[in-house]
Amino acid sequence: MDDAELRSAVIAELRTIAPEVDGDEIRDDRPLRRQVDLDSLDWLNFLIGLHQRLAVEIPEADYAQLVTVDDLVGYLKARV
Amino acid sequence: MRMSYREAVRAALHEALVADPRVFLMGEDVGRYGGSYAMSKGFYDEFGPDRIRDAPLSELGFVGAGVGAAMGGMRPIVEVMTVNFSLLALDQIVNMAALYRHMSGGQFSVPVVFRMATGAGRQLAAQHSHSFENWYAHVPGLRVVAPGTVADARGMLPAALTYSDPVVIFEHVGLFNAEDDVEEWRCDLERAAIRRPGTDVSIITYGGSLPKALSAAASLADEGIDAEVVDLRVLRPLDRAAIADTVRRTHRVVVVDEGWRTGSLAGEVVAGIAEDCLYDLDAPPRRVCSEEVPVPYAKHLEDAALPQSDKIVAAVKEVTHA
Amino acid sequence: MREFTLPSMGADMDQGRLIEWLVAPGDQVHKGQAVAVVDTAKAAIEVEIWFDGVVAELQAVPGQMIPVGQIMATIVASEEATLPVAPPEPVVQARAVPSERPALRPVASASHVEIGGVRRRVSPAARKLADERGVDLAGVSGTGPLGAVTLSDVERAAAERASVPAPPVEAATAAERQALVRQAIASAMSRSKREIPHYYLSETIPMARAIDWLAAENAGRSISERVLMAVVQLKAVARALDGFPQLNGFFVDGVFQPAPTVHIGVAIALRQGGLLAPALHDVAAKDLSQLMRELADLVARTRAASLRSSELTDPTITVTNLGDQGVETVFGIISPPQVALVGFGRVAPRPWVTEDGTLAAVPTVTASLSADHRVTDGHTGAMFLASLYDWLQRPEDL
Repeated sequence: MDDAELRSAVIAELRTIAPEVDGDEIRDDRPLRRQVDLDSLDWLNFLIGLHQRLAVEIPEADYAQLVTVDDLVGYLKARV
Repeated sequence: MRMSYREAVRAALHEALVADPRVFLMGEDVGRYGGSYAMSKGFYDEFGPDRIRDAPLSELGFVGAGVGAAMGGMRPIVEVMTVNFSLLALDQIVNMAALYRHMSGGQFSVPVVFRMATGAGRQLAAQHSHSFENWYAHVPGLRVVAPGTVADARGMLPAALTYSDPVVIFEHVGLFNAEDDVEEWRCDLERAAIRRPGTDVSIITYGGSLPKALSAAASLADEGIDAEVVDLRVLRPLDRAAIADTVRRTHRVVVVDEGWRTGSLAGEVVAGIAEDCLYDLDAPPRRVCSEEVPVPYAKHLEDAALPQSDKIVAAVKEVTHA
Repeated sequence: MREFTLPSMGADMDQGRLIEWLVAPGDQVHKGQAVAVVDTAKAAIEVEIWFDGVVAELQAVPGQMIPVGQIMATIVASEEATLPVAPPEPVVQARAVPSERPALRPVASASHVEIGGVRRRVSPAARKLADERGVDLAGVSGTGPLGAVTLSDVERAAAERASVPAPPVEAATAAERQALVRQAIASAMSRSKREIPHYYLSETIPMARAIDWLAAENAGRSISERVLMAVVQLKAVARALDGFPQLNGFFVDGVFQPAPTVHIGVAIALRQGGLLAPALHDVAAKDLSQLMRELADLVARTRAASLRSSELTDPTITVTNLGDQGVETVFGIISPPQVALVGFGRVAPRPWVTEDGTLAAVPTVTASLSADHRVTDGHTGAMFLASLYDWLQRPEDL
C-alpha cells in the first residue's frame, strides 16, 4: 500500500468514529486529536478499526508516537 | 346502630353539650317546646335555661347574640328554624360572623355554628321551602356544609365545633325521618364523598337530593347505566379535586341541586368542571334544579317543581346518549 | 390483568412517541424485556416491562404521542392467558334503543371536521383522545347527540386503524434530537441548580501506580481487549462508594433513598452536541474487562440514540471524565434525583512532593466531587475522595 492508500484508510476509519470529518480539511502534520474531537474511547476504537482493517498490531506502548496522520501513515507503512 | 337523621342530630347536640361547658343551644322553641323538629327534646330539663336558651322571634337579635357570645369565648350553636328566617339575620351572619376575623386583623375569631332547616317537599309552601345554600356558599369567611346522610348528621356538628370560624349546617327537612345503620360517623368538613361508585356518568349532588340521586342510580343500573353518585357534603369550600376526579373517570356529568337553576350552586359546580376538566367531558353537562317558580303548596305541583328521580334519570340518559 | 404504562425515563421527560411495538398480543413477556421503542427527547428508547405476563391488548399505536403514565398495553398473568381475550367493550356504547329519542339521532353522519363552514361537533374528551391516539377526526363518524363525535366513536376509529398495518414511524431527525437533548439538559440542570445545594471538593491523586499497572495489564492483551484508564477510574469510584452509601441513591420527596447497587451514569458527549449519562450497571460487581466491553457498547448505543429505558432511569451517581479534553478539574452539576457527581480531569505529569520529601514529575489526576448538601456534608465527601485516592493506589485490587 502506498502513502495515499494508507491515508485514505486512516481517514475512512476516522469517519466511522467521527462522521463529520472531511478528509480534505485534516492537516497531516498537525496533531489529529487537536483537529477532531476524539476521546480516549474514540481513539481506541479508531486504532482497533485500523488493526482490523489492515491486520497491524498496535501495542499500547506505541500509542504515544501516533499523533499526526503522517505518524500513522508512517507507522502503518512499516508494518503492513 | 340504627338511628334516624333526627336522632343523629339530637345525639350530636347532646354529646356536644355534655362534652364542653362553653357549648350552648339557642333558638326559637329549642327549650320548653323541645325544638321545632324535636331535636332538642328533653334538653331544657337536663341542661337548664342557661344552656338551652329559648329566643324571642327576632332572628337578627338572637343570631347576633350568638355571634357576640362566640367572640367572647363561648361555642354557641344557634338554630334558625328554617332558612327563610335566616334572611332576617343575614347581616349578623354575612357581615359580622363571616368578617370579624378579617375586620379585627385576626384579633377576634367567631367559632359559632348555625344550624338551619332547608328545602322543600313537605308542603310548607313557598315561604318555608327555600334552598338558599348557595347564598351562604358565596361568602368567604363561612364554611357551609350539608349533611345528606344520617352518619353526616351525626358527625358534622362535632366536626363543626372544632373550627374557630363560623360554620353553617343545612339540614334538609325531607331527610329528618330517614334511617340508617350508623357505625362510623366521625368525619371531616373538607371533602366530598362518593356515595355510589360508577363508571358511566357522575351524578353530583348534596343534602336532600342525595337520596333521589341514589334512587335514580339504582334504576339506571337496571338499564345498564352505571352511575357514580358524588355527595358534595361541603358547599364552601367546594371539593373541586373530587369533582374533577369523578368527571375525569366518567366523562359525563349531571348536577342535582334543589336550588333554582339561575345562579345556583349547580352552576358553580359546572363552571368549575369547565375550568378544571373541560377536555375530559364527552357530553355537555346537565343540571337538574328546581323549576323557577315559587315552590307550590299543592302536593302534585310541589313534586313537579322539585328535582325528582325520574328527572335525574332523563338527564343521565341525555348525557350518556342512551 | 395489569396495565403497562409509559414509564418516566428521567425527571425531564413527560411524554414520548411510540415508534414500534416489539411484542404482539399473545406474546409471553418477562420482567426487563424490551417491549416497545419510544422516541423521547433523549433518544429512541427501548422501553422495558417491569413484570411478567402475556400481552392481552396493545392500546397505543405507532405514531401516537403518549404522556408518561398513560396505559400502553394490558398484560394478563400467564394462567389467565389460556382464556380467550375478548376486546374490551367501550364504557358507554350507544345502547341501541333506536325509537326512544329519534330527534337526537343524526340524520346523516358528518364526515369532515367542517361542513359548510359549521364547526363539527366533537366532545372535548373525544378531541383529546383523538389527538393522543393520532386519529384524524375527519374520518370519524359521530354517533352522539346531533351527530357529535364522542369518546366511543374515537375508540372505535382507533381500533379499526390499529387493525391495518401502520406506516413506519420515523424517529426524530438528528437536528430535532439535538434540540430536544438541549432542552432536556436545560431542564434537568436548571432544576438541579434551583433545588440542589451543591458543595464541591477536589483531590489531586497520583496515578503512577495505576498507569504502570494498567500498562502491564494491557501489554498482554490484544488491542480490542485493552482497558482504558477511564474504566479503572469508574471501578475505583464504585469500590470507594461501598463505604459511603449516602452518596449513591436518589433524593425524592424530601427524603434520601440509598440505592442497593452502584449504577454509574457515565457522561457521554454526543458528537452533534449535548450529552447523555446512561447507566453502566452494577459497576462494583464486574471485572475491568467486562466493564470495558459494556462501556464501549454503551457509548456506541448512546451515540446511535438506541438506549434501553432502564439505562436512563437507573443511574445512582454520575461520573464525568473530561480529561481527554485536557481540563484540570471538573466542577460538575448533579443530575437530579441523584445526589452526587464525580469528575475526573486530565491524567498528566505534574510537580509532586513524594513521600521522601523530594519534588518529582509524577502523573496525577484531579478528582472532584459535587454533592448534595441536603444529604451529606463536606466531611463525608472528603472521606469518600480519600477512599477513592486509596483505591487508585492499588489498582490490582479493583
